[in-house]
Amino acid sequence: MAQNEKLSVTMRRTPLGRVKGLGSAKSGVHHWWAERVTSVALIPLTLWFVFSVLSMAGHPQADIVHWVSHPLVAVLLIALIVASFHHTQLGLQMVLEDYVHEEGQRLIWLMVMRAIVWLLGLAAVLSVLKLAI
Amino acid sequence: MAEFTLPKNSKVVEGQRYKAPAGATRVQEFRVYRWNPDDEKNPHVDIYEIDLDACGPMVLDALIKIKNEVDSTLTFRRSCREGICGSCAMNIDGTNTLACLKPIEAVKGPVKINPLPHMAVVKDLVPDLTQAYAQYRSIEPWLQSETPPPPDGERLQSVEERAKLDGMWECILCFCCTTSCPSYWWNGDRYLGPAVLLAAYRWIADSRDEHTGDRLDALEDPFKLYRCHTIMNCTETCPKGLNPAKAIGEIKKLMVQRQG
Repeated sequence: MAQNEKLSVTMRRTPLGRVKGLGSAKSGVHHWWAERVTSVALIPLTLWFVFSVLSMAGHPQADIVHWVSHPLVAVLLIALIVASFHHTQLGLQMVLEDYVHEEGQRLIWLMVMRAIVWLLGLAAVLSVLKLAI
Repeated sequence: MAEFTLPKNSKVVEGQRYKAPAGATRVQEFRVYRWNPDDEKNPHVDIYEIDLDACGPMVLDALIKIKNEVDSTLTFRRSCREGICGSCAMNIDGTNTLACLKPIEAVKGPVKINPLPHMAVVKDLVPDLTQAYAQYRSIEPWLQSETPPPPDGERLQSVEERAKLDGMWECILCFCCTTSCPSYWWNGDRYLGPAVLLAAYRWIADSRDEHTGDRLDALEDPFKLYRCHTIMNCTETCPKGLNPAKAIGEIKKLMVQRQG
């Protein structure tokens, strides 16, 4: 019902008025560029991480802790986490904007999604710091 | 949110079959989407059997033959019949293209003909392009310049500057690309779509135009431009062999470039 009312109001505008809508938001460039930059950064970081973990398969936990506590490794791990979760957040934002059309719902979903990604990311960073410091 | 089934009165049902005349030598089936706003019936698919030995080579020839000889109620747009007006854009055999440029022989099995996807249908194969035309108007597709033209003649371009417009001026606005784009299906009310963005870049790339920055400003928007996820259906389907995806990529590059 609410949707029909909205439709009848919208239909009274001219097609050009509807299409121009609220105008350009003057944003989107940073989102798009950050998607590219994080994805490129993730290529070496992910390869390095997967290769390192595979090469340590079967080692005792103490070896892993020792490896993580190296400053360079800890920094790279945090970089990997930040880039991954930032990229995840940017990608999921696109998905929600694509498929959730009701504005209130979209806003809520975006906030929930960002909260989850932020908390997971912070937890992952804390794990590295706990081992490293 | 998401709807997974069509509303009851939008379900496409089987329609009539029009048999080929006796003595037909090479029969081809055409399954054509029909919908009439003036009756209460569901959209349906009518099957026309056409003798290819008595028909021109293109899908448009068959449609015209059906309208002239079999069923005059069949409604579709057409004008130039040589791929320059863009009127007969429709979905043939699952791909958006121009009926006049699509050889019947290129289709294996029955020729399935539907209107351009995800647009409101006016009748049968005629889609409502009002929104797409308004979007085209919104990018101001004309030369904008403060500097008056030289008193003795036209605004000049070098050969290189003119070459930048190749692959864009050829667009005939048939909207095959726009209506093939999933992003346009989901967000067509806000996303401009490949045809209009190609047209926008045609003016951004024009060396005679002085409003390049304003044009970029108007496009810098998460929905107007950045709904493009480089799916490339546009480039795949363009009956004129153009590359709207590349034009959109060029716009995105300029957006980054002007950030510094």
